[in-house]
Amino acid sequence: MRIWPVAQGVAWRTLKIVLTTPSLFFPSLLFPLFFFTAFAGGLSQVSHVPGFNYPPGYTTFQFVFVLLQSAAFGGVFTGFGVARDFETGFARRLLLASPNRSGIVLGYGLAALARWAITATMLTMIALIAGLNIGGNGVDVFGLYLLAVLVNMAGFLWSCGIGMRLRTIQAGPLMQMPVFLTLFFAPVYVPLELLQGWIHAVARANPVTYVLATGRGFLAGDPPHVALAFGLAVGSAAVLALWAFRGLRNAEAAG
Amino acid sequence: MTRTLRQPASAIPPLVFPTMLLAVNAGGLKASTLLPGFPTHSFLAFALAVPFIQGALFSTMNAGTDLARDIQTGFLTRLSLTSLRGSALLAGQLSGIVALGLVQALFYIAVGLIAGVHFAAGFAGMLVLLGFGAVVSLGFGGLGSFMALRTGSGEAIQGLFPLLFVFLFISSMNTPRNLIGVHWFKVAATINPVSYLIECVRSLIITGWDGQALALGFAVAAAIAVASIALSTWALSRRMAR
Amino acid sequence: MVNADSSLADNSIVVEGLVRDFKTLRAVDGIDLHVDGGEIYGFLGPNGAGKSTTVLMLTTLLPPSSGTARVAGFDVVHDGPKVRASIGAALQEAALDPLLTGRDHLRLQATLQGIPRGDRSTRTSELLERVGLSDAADRKVKGYSGGMKRRLDLALALVHRPRIIFLDEPTTGLDIQSRMALWTEVARLAKEDGVTIFLTTQYLEEADVLADRVGIIDQGKIVAEGTPAELKDEIGRPSVHATPLRAEETQRVTKVLARFGDPVPGAVRDIAVRLRDGTSGLADVVRALDNEGLIVANLELQQPTLDDVFLAKTGRSLEGAGGEEEPDSVSPPRKGRRR
Repeated sequence: MRIWPVAQGVAWRTLKIVLTTPSLFFPSLLFPLFFFTAFAGGLSQVSHVPGFNYPPGYTTFQFVFVLLQSAAFGGVFTGFGVARDFETGFARRLLLASPNRSGIVLGYGLAALARWAITATMLTMIALIAGLNIGGNGVDVFGLYLLAVLVNMAGFLWSCGIGMRLRTIQAGPLMQMPVFLTLFFAPVYVPLELLQGWIHAVARANPVTYVLATGRGFLAGDPPHVALAFGLAVGSAAVLALWAFRGLRNAEAAG
Repeated sequence: MTRTLRQPASAIPPLVFPTMLLAVNAGGLKASTLLPGFPTHSFLAFALAVPFIQGALFSTMNAGTDLARDIQTGFLTRLSLTSLRGSALLAGQLSGIVALGLVQALFYIAVGLIAGVHFAAGFAGMLVLLGFGAVVSLGFGGLGSFMALRTGSGEAIQGLFPLLFVFLFISSMNTPRNLIGVHWFKVAATINPVSYLIECVRSLIITGWDGQALALGFAVAAAIAVASIALSTWALSRRMAR
Repeated sequence: MVNADSSLADNSIVVEGLVRDFKTLRAVDGIDLHVDGGEIYGFLGPNGAGKSTTVLMLTTLLPPSSGTARVAGFDVVHDGPKVRASIGAALQEAALDPLLTGRDHLRLQATLQGIPRGDRSTRTSELLERVGLSDAADRKVKGYSGGMKRRLDLALALVHRPRIIFLDEPTTGLDIQSRMALWTEVARLAKEDGVTIFLTTQYLEEADVLADRVGIIDQGKIVAEGTPAELKDEIGRPSVHATPLRAEETQRVTKVLARFGDPVPGAVRDIAVRLRDGTSGLADVVRALDNEGLIVANLELQQPTLDDVFLAKTGRSLEGAGGEEEPDSVSPPRKGRRR
């Protein structure tokens, strides 16, 4: 049974709902823009801290974090939709009408990606106006956005797995809190070397730290540990894909 | 008041989320204290002011959501048929929020003390902090009540959340105003009343007795409280007259 | 009209020993069924009897605890995708998205079922016309009435021209006109298109009018099966129902009626007996009441109904026999029958 028609249908419907419902569309679009403004604007002096060495500047430094954050939360917001569909019973229609149910997860995932693409475009445009410096070449920029796509998928697959297991929108905090904490326990404001104490230890163990450093390196034209960052991103997405598809099986068994 | 204190769900988020943000920022921005002119060597002490105000901002949501529920369930309509005065209802509602504000302020003082923050204004300063927390909660609680009475919708109150975040983040929350490098941000933070509320609390923690910061903070908090209660009273009388 | 040539394709439903347990509750208790292609099968039973759970299993929405079921020739457990491609279903609570329009729903359903892009629009318009929703097609579903939602649900079940359609209490909550319109459409589907219809209902009349055969389920077990006529013939004799004019004469009327037949259990508002001598016994009943000087406010001769069949099989009347609701798989099972 073909998976594509199901994925196409689910993605179309999810995007249609998001794009025509302002209360769903605007928060996921405006929050990253707001965070970028608040961080890049309010904390710009942090770049003058001794030992802070990022040639493209603080705006670019924060842009990479906010881009990855918007990618992760673009996925999580789509997971809210999964939970809502189960809570309202609409998911039952999807389960019933989809010959190949794996296409349901794929469809939601495509919607998460498309939804984030809109946010990323807006964010990039605003950042360019605000003075984003791109030191890297086209391949580097592509590398950054590819990392963000993987983060988007990981965020979506995590929340999709939760949504399909708990099947209620009340699972929202469980979807977003771990993502929020994982993102913010990385070197958000300053490079890893400038973190001290417990936050340094936590950040060192946090895979997002390496993805973030590589992403920032792409825009500086000197990306560190690219293979490690992609390995972590692909690995996380793969493990979480397993988590999401097992969530689907869980939902199928529950009826 | 009983309703406010009996609902752990309404009491826990104003305590947990600001504490979490405090932990994240205190760790991540510690290096900021190395900036020339930064007023303290402890970013935790600098940032401890934020949860006081952030928790009070949550009060806006709690007060508004509770009142919106009363409106949506028709409870307010039933009250309008009794001899109970609307002002009594509003007073009850806001006293619950103030109680919650006091609990929050006590909690953050405790968090600060446990984490080793030295309160420059001493024990008397802590008492002033409690009083300030109560006034700020009253002001934001009144604002939430006003919004609920005007809209009658819990969803509309929830929609305020991003706006409150804007006020919090575009302020001197993470950087002293004199150290904000981007001009427009500095202007926005100077216009934003939330900056003065944060700076009032911050002065008691890291400076001691700073008359100007205290006067500005209390003046802003009192102005918000007076305006929001006046607006709420007006909105309540209009709603109960319908 | 039908997806595959119905004369060649397997449009049957074959169920053997199907069981579904919810923790301590057995909702479906080893049922056997055989529904032929093109047949309208009425699945009759009170609330909580196991009808919806059976439908959920046959539509691959709920895995059985044990037993087997083949729908359209495919096993519901192992060939789920093929089963879903062959069936359409309108479940008890029409799962519609309030933010989508009727046309959006049909378009989504057509896409999910892999209908070629070029055909989707035509098929959508055709079905909207067929269920009388053309005018409301571009309105969001949140503004639809209950009847409109049911009609849209039926249209959705038909999008991919399924060989078998499951309708779970399709007319519950509908007004008479909407109910009649739906009956006409269901009958047409079976008669003209050769579609097999598996219809659950708690309305006796619905099963009586529509179904070629009826299965009666109670407490998870099938207690009777056959054509409506066969089932009623099993009961055979008509019943006479008398309502005493004066309440204090109830016992005397009961005694008189008992001479002419066995009491009908479950009669609440009147006194009823199944006449030993059939219709001819009615005149004797009237004479006996008259001889005893008893006056009745109402005296009625009733031919056997499916409710009588249910009564005979379970000792309870179907109307008002509704127990607890069937456990929904997403909510914890409630107290009920224990194994």
